[in-house]
Amino acid sequence: MSDPETITMTVNGEQRTAAVEPRTLLVHLLRDEFDLTGTHTGCETGQCGACTVHLNGQAVKSCMVLAVQAAGQEVSTIEGVAPKGTLHPVQDAFWTNHGLQCGYCTPGVIMSTLSLLKERPDPSDEEIRHALEGNICRCTGYQSIVAAVKDAAGRLARGEEPQPIR
Amino acid sequence: MYPYPFTYHRPGTIDETLALLADLGDEGKVLAGGHSLLPAMKLRLAQPGHLIDIGGLDELTGVREREGGLEIGALTTHHTLATDPTVAARAGLLAELAHVVGDQQVRNRGTLGGALAHNDPAADYPAGVLALDAEIVAVGPNGERTIPAGEFFTAFLTTALDPGELLVAVRIPDLPANTGYRYEKLANPASGYALVGVAAVVQLDDNGSIAQARIGITGASDVAWRAEGVEAALAGVQPDGESVKAAAAGVVDGVEMLADVHAPAEYRARVTRNLVRRAVLKAAERAKG
Repeated sequence: MSDPETITMTVNGEQRTAAVEPRTLLVHLLRDEFDLTGTHTGCETGQCGACTVHLNGQAVKSCMVLAVQAAGQEVSTIEGVAPKGTLHPVQDAFWTNHGLQCGYCTPGVIMSTLSLLKERPDPSDEEIRHALEGNICRCTGYQSIVAAVKDAAGRLARGEEPQPIR
Repeated sequence: MYPYPFTYHRPGTIDETLALLADLGDEGKVLAGGHSLLPAMKLRLAQPGHLIDIGGLDELTGVREREGGLEIGALTTHHTLATDPTVAARAGLLAELAHVVGDQQVRNRGTLGGALAHNDPAADYPAGVLALDAEIVAVGPNGERTIPAGEFFTAFLTTALDPGELLVAVRIPDLPANTGYRYEKLANPASGYALVGVAAVVQLDDNGSIAQARIGITGASDVAWRAEGVEAALAGVQPDGESVKAAAAGVVDGVEMLADVHAPAEYRARVTRNLVRRAVLKAAERAKG
Protein backbone atom coordinates (compact mmCIF):
# COMPACT_ATOMS: atom_id res chain seq x y z
CA MET A 1 0.00 0.00 0.00
CA SER A 2 2.88 2.37 0.57
CA ASP A 3 5.82 1.11 -1.47
CA PRO A 4 9.15 2.77 -0.76
CA GLU A 5 10.11 5.53 -3.17
CA THR A 6 13.63 6.57 -3.96
CA ILE A 7 13.97 10.30 -3.55
CA THR A 8 16.82 12.73 -3.94
CA MET A 9 17.23 16.11 -2.34
CA THR A 10 20.00 18.59 -1.64
CA VAL A 11 20.90 18.58 2.05
CA ASN A 12 23.39 21.19 3.26
CA GLY A 13 24.60 21.59 -0.30
CA GLU A 14 25.08 17.90 -1.04
CA GLN A 15 22.88 15.60 -3.13
CA ARG A 16 21.44 12.88 -0.89
CA THR A 17 19.35 9.91 -1.94
CA ALA A 18 17.20 7.57 0.15
CA ALA A 19 14.42 5.03 -0.14
CA VAL A 20 11.52 6.19 2.01
CA GLU A 21 7.93 5.25 2.65
CA PRO A 22 5.54 8.05 1.69
CA ARG A 23 4.67 8.40 5.37
CA THR A 24 8.29 9.00 6.43
CA LEU A 25 8.57 12.47 7.95
CA LEU A 26 11.39 14.75 6.84
CA VAL A 27 12.72 14.90 10.41
CA HIS A 28 13.08 11.13 10.52
CA LEU A 29 14.78 11.01 7.13
CA LEU A 30 17.28 13.64 8.30
CA ARG A 31 17.96 12.02 11.67
CA ASP A 32 17.68 8.32 10.99
CA GLU A 33 18.85 7.98 7.39
CA PHE A 34 21.21 10.93 6.97
CA ASP A 35 22.57 10.89 10.55
CA LEU A 36 21.92 14.63 10.92
CA THR A 37 20.82 14.46 14.53
CA GLY A 38 21.15 18.16 15.28
CA THR A 39 17.50 18.53 14.27
CA HIS A 40 15.41 17.36 17.25
CA THR A 41 11.95 15.89 17.78
CA GLY A 42 10.13 17.51 20.69
CA CYS A 43 6.35 17.68 20.76
CA GLU A 44 5.80 15.87 17.44
CA THR A 45 2.58 17.88 17.04
CA GLY A 46 4.04 20.85 15.21
CA GLN A 47 4.12 23.30 18.09
CA CYS A 48 7.56 23.33 19.74
CA GLY A 49 9.78 23.93 16.69
CA ALA A 50 12.71 21.80 17.87
CA CYS A 51 12.54 20.16 14.45
CA THR A 52 12.94 23.41 12.50
CA VAL A 53 15.05 23.26 9.32
CA HIS A 54 15.14 25.31 6.13
CA LEU A 55 13.27 24.09 3.08
CA ASN A 56 14.22 26.18 0.03
CA GLY A 57 15.55 28.82 2.40
CA GLN A 58 12.43 29.07 4.56
CA ALA A 59 12.11 27.88 8.15
CA VAL A 60 9.73 24.92 8.38
CA LYS A 61 8.91 22.29 11.00
CA SER A 62 10.39 19.10 9.59
CA CYS A 63 8.10 16.89 11.68
CA MET A 64 5.20 18.37 9.71
CA VAL A 65 6.66 17.77 6.24
CA LEU A 66 6.77 14.41 4.50
CA ALA A 67 10.17 13.46 3.13
CA VAL A 68 8.55 12.99 -0.29
CA GLN A 69 7.37 16.60 -0.22
CA ALA A 70 11.04 17.64 -0.02
CA ALA A 71 12.10 15.51 -3.00
CA GLY A 72 14.06 17.62 -5.46
CA GLN A 73 14.16 20.52 -2.99
CA GLU A 74 16.89 22.15 -0.92
CA VAL A 75 17.10 21.37 2.77
CA SER A 76 19.44 23.04 5.27
CA THR A 77 19.94 21.82 8.82
CA ILE A 78 21.85 23.18 11.81
CA GLU A 79 24.86 21.12 10.74
CA GLY A 80 25.07 23.11 7.53
CA VAL A 81 24.94 26.55 9.06
CA ALA A 82 28.71 26.96 9.24
CA PRO A 83 31.69 24.92 8.04
CA LYS A 84 32.61 22.03 10.34
CA GLY A 85 34.78 23.17 13.23
CA THR A 86 33.51 26.74 13.11
CA LEU A 87 30.64 28.64 14.68
CA HIS A 88 28.38 30.90 12.64
CA PRO A 89 28.03 34.42 14.10
CA VAL A 90 24.46 33.52 15.11
CA GLN A 91 25.69 30.43 16.95
CA ASP A 92 28.45 32.42 18.65
CA ALA A 93 25.97 35.11 19.66
CA PHE A 94 23.81 32.46 21.34
CA TRP A 95 26.84 31.19 23.20
CA THR A 96 28.10 34.55 24.42
CA ASN A 97 24.60 35.76 25.37
CA HIS A 98 23.70 32.53 27.18
CA GLY A 99 20.79 32.11 24.79
CA LEU A 100 20.55 28.42 25.63
CA GLN A 101 20.72 26.15 28.70
CA CYS A 102 19.93 22.53 27.92
CA GLY A 103 20.26 23.25 24.22
CA TYR A 104 17.41 21.02 23.07
CA CYS A 105 15.40 23.80 21.40
CA THR A 106 18.50 25.62 20.21
CA PRO A 107 19.06 24.22 16.72
CA GLY A 108 15.44 25.02 15.92
CA VAL A 109 15.71 28.50 17.42
CA ILE A 110 18.84 29.19 15.39
CA MET A 111 17.24 28.01 12.13
CA SER A 112 14.24 30.27 12.78
CA THR A 113 16.60 33.13 13.68
CA LEU A 114 18.54 32.75 10.43
CA SER A 115 15.30 32.84 8.50
CA LEU A 116 14.17 35.96 10.37
CA LEU A 117 17.44 37.83 9.89
CA LYS A 118 17.45 37.09 6.18
CA GLU A 119 14.10 38.83 5.85
CA ARG A 120 14.55 41.43 8.60
CA PRO A 121 18.22 42.21 9.18
CA ASP A 122 17.41 44.72 11.96
CA PRO A 123 14.42 43.35 13.87
CA SER A 124 12.85 44.94 16.93
CA ASP A 125 12.36 42.89 20.10
CA GLU A 126 8.72 42.48 19.17
CA GLU A 127 9.55 41.27 15.69
CA ILE A 128 12.04 38.79 17.14
CA ARG A 129 9.49 37.42 19.57
CA HIS A 130 6.87 37.19 16.81
CA ALA A 131 9.27 35.32 14.54
CA LEU A 132 10.17 32.88 17.32
CA GLU A 133 6.60 32.07 18.39
CA GLY A 134 7.01 28.68 16.77
CA ASN A 135 10.01 27.77 18.94
CA ILE A 136 9.21 26.85 22.52
CA CYS A 137 11.98 26.92 25.13
CA ARG A 138 11.50 25.45 28.61
CA CYS A 139 14.78 26.71 30.08
CA THR A 140 15.64 30.28 29.25
CA GLY A 141 12.46 32.32 29.59
CA TYR A 142 13.36 33.76 26.16
CA GLN A 143 14.98 36.97 27.42
CA SER A 144 18.49 35.74 26.68
CA ILE A 145 17.33 34.34 23.34
CA VAL A 146 16.09 37.78 22.30
CA ALA A 147 19.40 39.31 23.41
CA ALA A 148 21.29 36.69 21.39
CA VAL A 149 19.25 37.42 18.27
CA LYS A 150 19.82 41.16 18.62
CA ASP A 151 23.54 40.58 19.01
CA ALA A 152 23.50 38.23 16.01
CA ALA A 153 21.75 40.85 13.88
CA GLY A 154 24.48 43.34 14.69
CA ARG A 155 27.23 40.85 13.90
CA LEU A 156 25.73 39.96 10.52
CA ALA A 157 25.31 43.63 9.72
CA ARG A 158 29.03 44.15 10.42
CA GLY A 159 29.84 41.28 8.05
CA GLU A 160 31.11 38.87 10.70
CA GLU A 161 32.16 35.46 9.38
CA PRO A 162 32.16 31.96 10.93
CA GLN A 163 35.06 31.55 13.35
CA PRO A 164 36.84 28.39 14.51
CA ILE A 165 35.32 26.92 17.67
CA ARG A 166 37.40 28.07 20.63
CA MET B 1 4.58 9.76 15.89
CA TYR B 2 3.94 9.09 12.25
CA PRO B 3 0.95 8.40 10.02
CA TYR B 4 -0.62 5.11 9.05
CA PRO B 5 0.73 3.93 5.66
CA PHE B 6 -0.74 5.48 2.52
CA THR B 7 -0.12 5.69 -1.23
CA TYR B 8 1.32 8.98 -2.43
CA HIS B 9 0.33 10.71 -5.67
CA ARG B 10 1.78 13.88 -7.11
CA PRO B 11 -0.38 15.07 -10.03
CA GLY B 12 1.08 17.57 -12.49
CA THR B 13 -2.17 19.28 -13.52
CA ILE B 14 -5.57 20.21 -12.12
CA ASP B 15 -7.21 17.70 -14.49
CA GLU B 16 -5.01 14.89 -13.17
CA THR B 17 -5.97 15.94 -9.65
CA LEU B 18 -9.68 15.85 -10.44
CA ALA B 19 -9.29 12.43 -12.04
CA LEU B 20 -7.58 11.12 -8.91
CA LEU B 21 -10.25 12.64 -6.67
CA ALA B 22 -12.97 10.99 -8.77
CA ASP B 23 -11.15 7.65 -8.77
CA LEU B 24 -10.25 7.52 -5.09
CA GLY B 25 -13.42 9.00 -3.58
CA ASP B 26 -13.36 8.82 0.22
CA GLU B 27 -9.94 7.22 0.29
CA GLY B 28 -8.17 10.22 -1.27
CA LYS B 29 -7.24 13.41 0.61
CA VAL B 30 -5.66 16.48 -0.94
CA LEU B 31 -2.31 17.52 0.55
CA ALA B 32 -1.26 21.16 0.24
CA GLY B 33 0.81 22.64 3.09
CA GLY B 34 -0.16 19.69 5.26
CA HIS B 35 -0.27 21.62 8.52
CA SER B 36 -3.83 20.57 9.31
CA LEU B 37 -3.83 17.18 7.59
CA LEU B 38 -0.46 15.83 8.74
CA PRO B 39 -1.04 16.59 12.45
CA ALA B 40 -4.35 14.71 12.19
CA MET B 41 -2.67 11.81 10.39
CA LYS B 42 0.15 11.62 12.94
CA LEU B 43 -2.44 11.35 15.70
CA ARG B 44 -4.19 8.79 13.50
CA LEU B 45 -7.41 10.81 13.69
CA ALA B 46 -7.26 10.74 9.89
CA GLN B 47 -6.18 7.62 8.00
CA PRO B 48 -6.65 8.27 4.27
CA GLY B 49 -5.39 5.47 2.08
CA HIS B 50 -4.15 7.93 -0.54
CA LEU B 51 -2.66 11.42 -0.43
CA ILE B 52 -2.89 13.67 -3.49
CA ASP B 53 -0.04 16.17 -3.18
CA ILE B 54 -1.00 19.30 -5.14
CA GLY B 55 2.21 21.10 -4.16
CA GLY B 56 3.43 21.01 -7.76
CA LEU B 57 0.40 22.78 -9.27
CA ASP B 58 1.93 26.16 -10.08
CA GLU B 59 -1.33 27.40 -11.61
CA LEU B 60 -2.76 27.48 -8.07
CA THR B 61 -0.20 30.01 -6.87
CA GLY B 62 -0.23 33.75 -7.39
CA VAL B 63 -2.01 36.93 -6.44
CA ARG B 64 -3.81 38.41 -9.46
CA GLU B 65 -5.20 41.92 -9.67
CA ARG B 66 -8.61 42.18 -11.27
CA GLU B 67 -11.28 44.77 -11.84
CA GLY B 68 -12.90 45.28 -8.46
CA GLY B 69 -10.67 43.04 -6.41
CA LEU B 70 -8.02 40.36 -6.10
CA GLU B 71 -7.97 36.72 -7.06
CA ILE B 72 -5.65 34.69 -4.84
CA GLY B 73 -4.51 31.18 -5.77
CA ALA B 74 -5.33 28.40 -3.32
CA LEU B 75 -1.68 27.44 -2.80
CA THR B 76 -0.70 30.94 -1.65
CA THR B 77 1.02 30.59 1.71
CA HIS B 78 0.18 32.63 4.80
CA HIS B 79 3.67 34.11 4.57
CA THR B 80 3.00 35.41 1.06
CA LEU B 81 -0.33 36.88 2.13
CA ALA B 82 1.30 38.54 5.13
CA THR B 83 4.12 40.13 3.13
CA ASP B 84 2.90 40.71 -0.45
CA PRO B 85 2.46 44.46 -1.12
CA THR B 86 -0.55 43.93 -3.43
CA VAL B 87 -2.38 42.02 -0.72
CA ALA B 88 -1.48 44.70 1.83
CA ALA B 89 -2.84 47.38 -0.49
CA ARG B 90 -6.05 45.75 -1.70
CA ALA B 91 -6.90 43.08 0.89
CA GLY B 92 -5.26 44.47 4.01
CA LEU B 93 -7.52 42.53 6.38
CA LEU B 94 -6.21 39.29 4.91
CA ALA B 95 -2.60 40.46 5.30
CA GLU B 96 -3.18 41.47 8.91
CA LEU B 97 -4.85 38.14 9.62
CA ALA B 98 -2.23 36.03 7.79
CA HIS B 99 0.51 37.70 9.85
CA VAL B 100 -0.87 36.10 13.02
CA VAL B 101 -1.71 32.62 11.72
CA GLY B 102 0.26 30.00 13.66
CA ASP B 103 3.91 31.00 13.66
CA GLN B 104 6.76 31.67 11.22
CA GLN B 105 7.28 28.05 10.24
CA VAL B 106 3.56 27.33 9.88
CA ARG B 107 3.13 30.45 7.73
CA ASN B 108 5.87 29.22 5.38
CA ARG B 109 3.93 26.03 4.58
CA GLY B 110 0.24 26.56 5.32
CA THR B 111 -1.96 27.73 2.45
CA LEU B 112 -5.11 29.84 2.11
CA GLY B 113 -6.92 27.10 0.18
CA GLY B 114 -5.95 24.38 2.59
CA ALA B 115 -7.04 26.37 5.62
CA LEU B 116 -10.42 27.17 4.06
CA ALA B 117 -11.07 23.65 2.77
CA HIS B 118 -10.19 22.12 6.15
CA ASN B 119 -12.32 24.62 8.09
CA ASP B 120 -10.84 24.12 11.52
CA PRO B 121 -13.12 25.80 14.09
CA ALA B 122 -10.10 27.78 15.34
CA ALA B 123 -8.64 28.73 11.95
CA ASP B 124 -8.35 32.45 11.25
CA TYR B 125 -9.27 32.72 7.58
CA PRO B 126 -12.97 31.81 7.88
CA ALA B 127 -13.55 34.94 9.99
CA GLY B 128 -11.66 37.04 7.45
CA VAL B 129 -13.34 35.81 4.28
CA LEU B 130 -16.76 36.11 5.94
CA ALA B 131 -16.12 39.73 6.88
CA LEU B 132 -14.79 40.44 3.38
CA ASP B 133 -17.75 38.79 1.62
CA ALA B 134 -15.24 36.83 -0.42
CA GLU B 135 -16.00 34.15 -2.99
CA ILE B 136 -14.43 30.74 -3.06
CA VAL B 137 -13.65 29.31 -6.51
CA ALA B 138 -13.80 25.54 -6.96
CA VAL B 139 -13.36 23.23 -9.91
CA GLY B 140 -14.86 19.79 -10.21
CA PRO B 141 -16.14 17.27 -12.72
CA ASN B 142 -18.91 19.73 -13.67
CA GLY B 143 -16.52 22.62 -14.23
CA GLU B 144 -15.88 25.77 -12.22
CA ARG B 145 -18.19 27.40 -9.72
CA THR B 146 -18.02 30.18 -7.14
CA ILE B 147 -19.33 29.79 -3.61
CA PRO B 148 -19.99 32.92 -1.48
CA ALA B 149 -18.10 32.80 1.82
CA GLY B 150 -21.43 33.07 3.66
CA GLU B 151 -22.45 29.69 2.22
CA PHE B 152 -19.06 27.98 2.43
CA PHE B 153 -18.57 27.06 6.10
CA THR B 154 -21.44 24.69 6.70
CA ALA B 155 -20.55 22.75 9.87
CA PHE B 156 -17.68 21.53 12.03
CA LEU B 157 -14.76 20.67 9.71
CA THR B 158 -17.22 20.71 6.79
CA THR B 159 -17.55 23.01 3.79
CA ALA B 160 -19.79 23.38 0.77
CA LEU B 161 -17.16 21.73 -1.45
CA ASP B 162 -18.43 18.58 -3.15
CA PRO B 163 -16.34 15.42 -2.71
CA GLY B 164 -14.74 15.59 -6.17
CA GLU B 165 -14.03 19.33 -6.05
CA LEU B 166 -10.79 21.22 -5.62
CA LEU B 167 -10.62 24.72 -4.14
CA VAL B 168 -8.53 26.69 -6.62
CA ALA B 169 -8.80 30.38 -5.71
CA VAL B 170 -10.42 33.00 -3.50
CA ARG B 171 -11.79 36.29 -4.84
CA ILE B 172 -11.62 39.28 -2.52
CA PRO B 173 -13.66 42.38 -3.51
CA ASP B 174 -12.12 45.80 -2.96
CA LEU B 175 -13.42 47.68 0.06
CA PRO B 176 -15.52 50.81 -0.65
CA ALA B 177 -14.39 54.28 0.44
CA ASN B 178 -14.62 55.25 4.14
CA THR B 179 -14.04 51.65 5.19
CA GLY B 180 -11.64 50.29 7.79
CA TYR B 181 -10.83 46.76 8.92
CA ARG B 182 -9.29 44.95 11.88
CA TYR B 183 -8.54 41.36 12.88
CA GLU B 184 -8.48 40.85 16.68
CA LYS B 185 -7.30 37.50 18.01
CA LEU B 186 -6.68 35.82 21.34
CA ALA B 187 -4.24 33.08 20.36
CA ASN B 188 -3.40 29.85 22.14
CA PRO B 189 0.24 30.47 23.14
CA ALA B 190 1.47 27.02 22.07
CA SER B 191 -0.43 26.22 18.90
CA GLY B 192 -1.18 29.74 17.77
CA TYR B 193 -4.77 28.78 17.03
CA ALA B 194 -7.54 31.30 17.76
CA LEU B 195 -9.26 30.85 21.08
CA VAL B 196 -11.43 33.59 19.60
CA GLY B 197 -10.78 35.57 16.41
CA VAL B 198 -12.89 38.50 15.18
CA ALA B 199 -12.61 40.11 11.75
CA ALA B 200 -14.45 43.42 11.36
CA VAL B 201 -14.98 45.55 8.27
CA VAL B 202 -16.67 48.87 9.06
CA GLN B 203 -17.86 51.51 6.61
CA LEU B 204 -18.71 54.97 7.93
CA ASP B 205 -21.16 57.47 6.45
CA ASP B 206 -20.62 61.22 6.17
CA ASN B 207 -21.70 61.81 9.78
CA GLY B 208 -19.09 59.39 11.01
CA SER B 209 -21.65 56.83 12.10
CA ILE B 210 -21.54 53.23 10.99
CA ALA B 211 -23.13 52.75 7.57
CA GLN B 212 -22.35 49.06 7.40
CA ALA B 213 -20.44 46.56 9.50
CA ARG B 214 -19.45 43.00 8.63
CA ILE B 215 -18.21 40.81 11.46
CA GLY B 216 -16.80 37.30 11.09
CA ILE B 217 -16.04 35.28 14.21
CA THR B 218 -13.94 32.13 14.59
CA GLY B 219 -12.67 30.01 17.45
CA ALA B 220 -15.63 30.60 19.74
CA SER B 221 -18.00 28.02 18.31
CA ASP B 222 -17.61 24.83 16.26
CA VAL B 223 -17.79 26.76 13.01
CA ALA B 224 -17.13 30.40 12.05
CA TRP B 225 -20.13 32.69 11.61
CA ARG B 226 -21.22 36.19 10.57
CA ALA B 227 -22.57 38.13 13.55
CA GLU B 228 -25.52 39.54 11.62
CA GLY B 229 -27.42 40.51 14.76
CA VAL B 230 -24.56 42.73 15.91
CA GLU B 231 -24.15 44.11 12.39
CA ALA B 232 -27.79 45.19 12.42
CA ALA B 233 -27.42 46.67 15.91
CA LEU B 234 -24.45 48.73 14.75
CA ALA B 235 -26.22 50.35 11.78
CA GLY B 236 -26.37 54.13 12.26
CA VAL B 237 -24.44 53.93 15.54
CA GLN B 238 -21.68 56.40 16.37
CA PRO B 239 -18.58 54.23 16.93
CA ASP B 240 -17.80 55.15 20.54
CA GLY B 241 -16.88 52.66 23.23
CA GLU B 242 -20.20 52.50 25.06
CA SER B 243 -22.39 52.30 21.95
CA VAL B 244 -20.31 49.58 20.35
CA LYS B 245 -20.16 47.65 23.62
CA ALA B 246 -23.94 47.79 23.85
CA ALA B 247 -24.35 46.61 20.25
CA ALA B 248 -21.89 43.76 20.81
CA ALA B 249 -23.54 42.58 24.03
CA GLY B 250 -25.70 39.96 22.34
CA VAL B 251 -23.07 38.61 19.93
CA VAL B 252 -23.09 35.04 21.24
CA ASP B 253 -26.84 34.80 21.82
CA GLY B 254 -28.11 31.64 20.20
CA VAL B 255 -24.56 30.46 19.37
CA GLU B 256 -23.14 27.49 21.24
CA MET B 257 -19.74 28.35 22.67
CA LEU B 258 -16.97 25.78 22.57
CA ALA B 259 -15.88 24.44 25.95
CA ASP B 260 -12.62 22.50 25.97
CA VAL B 261 -9.22 22.20 27.66
CA HIS B 262 -8.30 25.70 26.49
CA ALA B 263 -11.27 27.61 27.90
CA PRO B 264 -14.78 27.16 29.32
CA ALA B 265 -17.79 28.45 27.36
CA GLU B 266 -18.31 31.56 29.50
CA TYR B 267 -14.72 32.65 28.91
CA ARG B 268 -15.07 32.33 25.17
CA ALA B 269 -18.34 34.27 25.33
CA ARG B 270 -16.71 37.07 27.27
CA VAL B 271 -13.64 37.20 25.05
CA THR B 272 -15.88 37.26 21.96
CA ARG B 273 -17.79 40.28 23.27
CA ASN B 274 -14.56 42.10 24.04
CA LEU B 275 -12.85 41.31 20.75
CA VAL B 276 -15.93 42.33 18.76
CA ARG B 277 -15.92 45.67 20.57
CA ARG B 278 -12.19 46.16 19.98
CA ALA B 279 -12.29 45.10 16.35
CA VAL B 280 -15.23 47.34 15.47
CA LEU B 281 -13.72 50.35 17.24
CA LYS B 282 -10.34 49.88 15.57
CA ALA B 283 -11.89 49.34 12.15
CA ALA B 284 -14.01 52.48 12.58
CA GLU B 285 -10.94 54.47 13.61
CA ARG B 286 -9.11 53.30 10.52
CA ALA B 287 -12.11 54.15 8.35
CA LYS B 288 -11.70 57.80 9.39
CA GLY B 289 -7.99 57.86 8.69
